Amino acid sequence: MVFGRSSRRTPPVEPVTLKILVAGGFGVGKTTLVGAVSEIRPLRTEETLSEAGRPVDDTEGVEQKTTTTVAMDFGRITLREDLVLYLFGTPGQDRFWFLWDELAQGALGAVVLADTRRLEDCFGAIDYFERRAIPFAVAVNCFEGAGRFPAERVRAALDLDSEVPLLMCDARQRESAKEVLVAVVEHALARADRRREHATT
Amino acid sequence: MSDSAQYARRTHHFFDADAGPVVRPYAMTRGRTSSATRHRLDLIALVVPEDAADDPGRDQLLSPEHVEIVERCGDTPQSIAELAATLDLPVGVVRVLVGDLVEDALVHVTRPVPPAELPDVSILREVINGLRAL
Ligand SMILES: Nc1nc2c(ncn2[C@@H]2O[C@H](COP(=O)(O)OP(=O)(O)OP(=O)(O)O)[C@@H](O)[C@H]2O)c(=O)[nH]1
Ligand SMILES: [Mg+2]
Repeated sequence: MVFGRSSRRTPPVEPVTLKILVAGGFGVGKTTLVGAVSEIRPLRTEETLSEAGRPVDDTEGVEQKTTTTVAMDFGRITLREDLVLYLFGTPGQDRFWFLWDELAQGALGAVVLADTRRLEDCFGAIDYFERRAIPFAVAVNCFEGAGRFPAERVRAALDLDSEVPLLMCDARQRESAKEVLVAVVEHALARADRRREHATT
Repeated sequence: MSDSAQYARRTHHFFDADAGPVVRPYAMTRGRTSSATRHRLDLIALVVPEDAADDPGRDQLLSPEHVEIVERCGDTPQSIAELAATLDLPVGVVRVLVGDLVEDALVHVTRPVPPAELPDVSILREVINGLRAL
């Protein structure tokens, strides 16, 4: 017998699964952050170009290409036997925005990584999560050589709501990356609490 | 339109139906893609084997990829995304294969908490504690 599992009688635990997205501009440290807290693996997804809002890719011979492959960062954090958190690093290029919709659905929250040398690179991600009311935290990845700005100046430049957490981080450091994730979940929790209060008053 | 373009258009249409073999890796799904016929299985939905998967006769009807999915989920259920990453298959292929297994009642798939209900406060607290303890 191929399966060889006849001895298994106790059904496996079915954990609760949750996901957090890690977004931000090109080269901002998304892969680094996911890798700092989880065992990271690339995930391939194929999307038909028609779904992808096509002709962006319209070069000679493209009609034969019905699907495009997109690679994403993907990590698993087993919090407990019955609680698993997945991290998805969203693909950076704008033409893959369509993929975000699937990723964002049911997401517990998101991290937006920012680099003070090119803050504008994360505007798109911030807009995206604001519009969909997905709780997010902004983490400024402190690269060497990047000027250190006071958090309040970054907050103002990004026009962030006062409730949105803004942290400085080093995406290479596990502790720092953990702190960023905790900030996202605490923000989601505060929001959920508030919503509950509204519902009961 | 050139012949090849026309051919591509046509195969594109065949693609969603039960067509003959198409280029790998969709060859192992016999050309089927998940979009047309089945609802999309969530990326973080977990695949959990049913007792029927223990039935010795079953695996002979399955492809090696089907068998591998069932085996991998036996000890610890794995998500669609995880299966795709470990088997190094595109997510779409894994969706089709898992869909087959669901249809054959060899596995079931957990339903992640729907977005509207998501922030269950106690779960969020557990996530925070779990992250801090990492
Ligand atoms: N100094 C410093 N370097 C970092 C930090 N985070 C990432 N890097 C480096 O910056 C480079 C880009 O990081 P990645 O994690 O690949 O960035 P990414 O956002 O995944 O990039 P793309 O996927 O290409 O958009 C790598 O060489 C990292 O080692 C950080 O906090 N500090
Ligand atoms: Mg990357």
